[in-house]
Amino acid sequence: MSQTLPLLSILTFTPLIGALVLLFVNKNSHGVLRTVAMAVSVLTFVMSLPLITGYNSPGSDIGGFQFLENIPWIAAGPFEMNYHIGLDGISLWLVILATFIMPIAILSTYTAVQEKVKEYMICLLLLEVGMIGTFVSLDLFLFYIYWEVMLIPMYFIIGIWGGKNKIYAAVKFFIYTMVGSLLMLVALIVLYFKAGAGDFNILRFYELQLDPVTQTWMFLAFALAFAIKVPMFPLHTWLPDAHTEAPTAGSVILAAVLLKMGTYGYVRFAMPLFPEATATFTPLIATLSVIGIVYASLVAMVQQDVKKLVAYSSVAHLGFVMLGIFALNTNGVTGGMLQMLNHGVSTGALFLIVGFIYERRHTRQISDFGGLAKQMPVFATMFMIVTFSSIGLPGTNGFVGEFLVLLGAFESSLRWYAIIATSGVILSAVYMLWMFQRVMFGELKNPKNQVLKDLNAREVAIMLPLLFLIFFMGVYPRPFIDSMAPSIERMIQQSKGKKQVALVIPALAAPQDSVHGAPVAHEVK
Amino acid sequence: METIAMPAINLTVVMPEIILSVVAMVLLLVNVFVPSKNKAYLGYLSIIGLAVAAVSVVSGWGPAVSAFNGSVVQDNFATFFKMIFIISAALAILISDRYMAQEECNQGELYPLILFATIGMMLMASGTDMMVIFLGLELLSICLYVLAGFNRGNLKSNEAGLKYFLLGAFSTGFLLYGMALTYGATGSTKIAVISGHVMNNPTIASNPLFVVGMLLIAVGFSFKIAAAPFHMWTPDVYEGAPTPMTAFMSAGPKAAGFAAFIRVMIFAFPMLQANWSELLWILAVLTMTIGNIIALSQDNIKRMLAYSSIAHAGYALVGFTASNAEGAAGILFYMLSYAFMNIGAFAVVILIGKKGEKNGDVSDFAGLAYKKPLLAVVFTVFLFSLAGIPPTAGFVGKFYLFSAAIKSGYIWLAIIGVLNSAASVYYYLRVMVYMYMKDPTEEFEWAGATPSFVLCLLVAVGATLVLGVVPGTILELAQKAVLF
Repeated sequence: MSQTLPLLSILTFTPLIGALVLLFVNKNSHGVLRTVAMAVSVLTFVMSLPLITGYNSPGSDIGGFQFLENIPWIAAGPFEMNYHIGLDGISLWLVILATFIMPIAILSTYTAVQEKVKEYMICLLLLEVGMIGTFVSLDLFLFYIYWEVMLIPMYFIIGIWGGKNKIYAAVKFFIYTMVGSLLMLVALIVLYFKAGAGDFNILRFYELQLDPVTQTWMFLAFALAFAIKVPMFPLHTWLPDAHTEAPTAGSVILAAVLLKMGTYGYVRFAMPLFPEATATFTPLIATLSVIGIVYASLVAMVQQDVKKLVAYSSVAHLGFVMLGIFALNTNGVTGGMLQMLNHGVSTGALFLIVGFIYERRHTRQISDFGGLAKQMPVFATMFMIVTFSSIGLPGTNGFVGEFLVLLGAFESSLRWYAIIATSGVILSAVYMLWMFQRVMFGELKNPKNQVLKDLNAREVAIMLPLLFLIFFMGVYPRPFIDSMAPSIERMIQQSKGKKQVALVIPALAAPQDSVHGAPVAHEVK
Repeated sequence: METIAMPAINLTVVMPEIILSVVAMVLLLVNVFVPSKNKAYLGYLSIIGLAVAAVSVVSGWGPAVSAFNGSVVQDNFATFFKMIFIISAALAILISDRYMAQEECNQGELYPLILFATIGMMLMASGTDMMVIFLGLELLSICLYVLAGFNRGNLKSNEAGLKYFLLGAFSTGFLLYGMALTYGATGSTKIAVISGHVMNNPTIASNPLFVVGMLLIAVGFSFKIAAAPFHMWTPDVYEGAPTPMTAFMSAGPKAAGFAAFIRVMIFAFPMLQANWSELLWILAVLTMTIGNIIALSQDNIKRMLAYSSIAHAGYALVGFTASNAEGAAGILFYMLSYAFMNIGAFAVVILIGKKGEKNGDVSDFAGLAYKKPLLAVVFTVFLFSLAGIPPTAGFVGKFYLFSAAIKSGYIWLAIIGVLNSAASVYYYLRVMVYMYMKDPTEEFEWAGATPSFVLCLLVAVGATLVLGVVPGTILELAQKAVLF
């Protein structure tokens, strides 16, 4: 498919241009700053919509990478890096998620952030550049650059506009992620030299046949970087800190998009690149995921701080995602992918809700609330819906994802893990509903809560798109699944099938080799 | 009766050195005979001199030309390094004027001294005879001793000058002794001849005279590039020396040390690569780790940058250990990037500093982002680059150094390197924490940036970003420069 416009590049760099424009706006005219940032993010979102319709259009490489751009970038010495970007069914929805959540996040800052508005907006837009760039990179070097660049604005968002412990949280976030990604960088370079001369094209790396020992080490390095980002138990400790201290918009983006970088990394890189190692480590990863689900749920249950509770629920939800993708069958991976989007929508919404009450009461302690439903009926309704979505009630998006994940895991070798993980569904109902009950129902005792105002029009406007998606994805997930399916199939083939390919090829090649008397078959297991 | 054959004299090979010598000497005279209180114009004149020299250096790009009976060579390797020296000298001069005025130093001799130091560095990069390298080193060192103690009224500066002189002299002794022993073992001080001798006599690897000589040379150079455990002089000298001179010392002379080190090690002892790679491996790990760990606990920003500069020498040694073309090219690229980012960082430190070397603690940067946002952003770029975070020159440089090590099979070295890099993030972030996340403690008097400062910062920040985003051209040049 030939294309005229470099759509993805335009998409990636529109926020950057927006950020540059903001540089020249007076820092005291908050209205202008917010409007420009909002306009840019909405524009980016609108421009990302043609991707949905354009992807898998007739005549295209169904399920493959589309909207390709490949421009030589650096060629020096042994390396060749290209500006190589493209999109498949897996990254498509994550890009949309990023562009979708951004205007919502920006809109949520209108009253919450009154200081250093200019810097905040610039940080948010730069973050968007990093997020889109990460998802569309097909060149591993480019991917790494975006992956790292993304840290910088997030570090500032947490560190400057965060809560009391912001500095600790920001530095922890940065260094945790940095250690993982630097080890990944080493693995990436090793991989490059293993692949021989060429470039950092991910498609080229997919074709590599690596020996199991190399695969193990490479997988460990990649998996560590991604596991920190996901975050998987026991590497999750940065997340509650970062989430609790980050400002609302930061939490929303962190939960909705940044955590998906980790799971996306597994789907795009760690698993398809190192299939044998994936098979070897599946029990370990599944165990950690299940521990993550149960442990994080239990910890969430005893949290006093609503935001921390939501943060721990994130760890549990991401555990489901990991379990699903490591089931490595259609249902599991589809469920995992859907769950990524669902988590983005529902946890994003939860953080917004926490933000709303925090803005009103400047506290997030569950004990400070109670009976808010009487005072804030609209808020209560929305909170309820989002809570249901987070629990995974049928009819909401959460159900579809979790169900597919568990189904997939049950069908695969991870059956017993699925059984334990199911308890996580119950636990999530326990901690979410319990929290909801303590915050919203009961007597309206605290006099400070008796004067609370319900959501205003702006806040309702922020929530409506999310609520719409909660139901839409819950009732009719088909469009999402359909456009993902071919790419997911490819990914599963790639992550699983290599072993079979490796077995088949020597068999085919055997007659030829036997002529030269070289026994080959036993070399490949 | 035998006639002594006069070696062919080819002055074009040493033209940059000649130009700089003339400029420096003229400036000395101008300084004496032109009665003017304000000596800043000398700085601009020396920059013009450097620019002319740069033109002459660049015109030498191409096939290698040897001159003076093989004592000096004009090759791409030397050319690349000479450009690094000129750039660091020019940037250092740009930030000297205000500092020297603030500290009430007499600037008259400052600029000629910087130029003489530059000539010394150039000779180190282009020398192919141990004696020329040694003379270049001495010329450089003597200028640096004076420059380190240039702030005569300041005790710390005096201490820096004296300490540098004593330890420098000591290390020069090692180096010279090593050269003498090598001469004894091989019968020549010419690198090409030594190399030939080593090739023809593989047994020389077990000749104690030669091995000790080689080791002593390595020790001597390690002193110059401040590799651990020969780094002890660095923090005190860097902290005490006038800040612009610290910036200069950490960029130019360090690069010069590497230039000579690479030249001697790769040319003279190519056969012994396996032996000295082990040595360099240990040196690299020690240097990175010690530099980074001690930097973690520094409160004074100059001292912090001093330890960080030790760590950066360690990263460069990783590329050296790899001893392949990528590693050497990586060092070239890294030294160039380092000149920009480190001098840039020091420029910001100077701008914040007050008379008498006050205001030099990390905590003095509190709230800088809200008092001087642009300056804070510029400093942030330098710090991220020093930490090796994309899209900056520091990242690309480290990428090449570490991948060179991986290519040669030193995966563990690369892993230790990246972990060090991650640790270093902490102390660079700490400065940013103060700049962005703490409220200003007191109102600080902003002396204002002079145009020369602005120029220096613009060049440095521009280069740091350009080398980070589109490093292709420079990397290619670096690759060509190491095709010996």
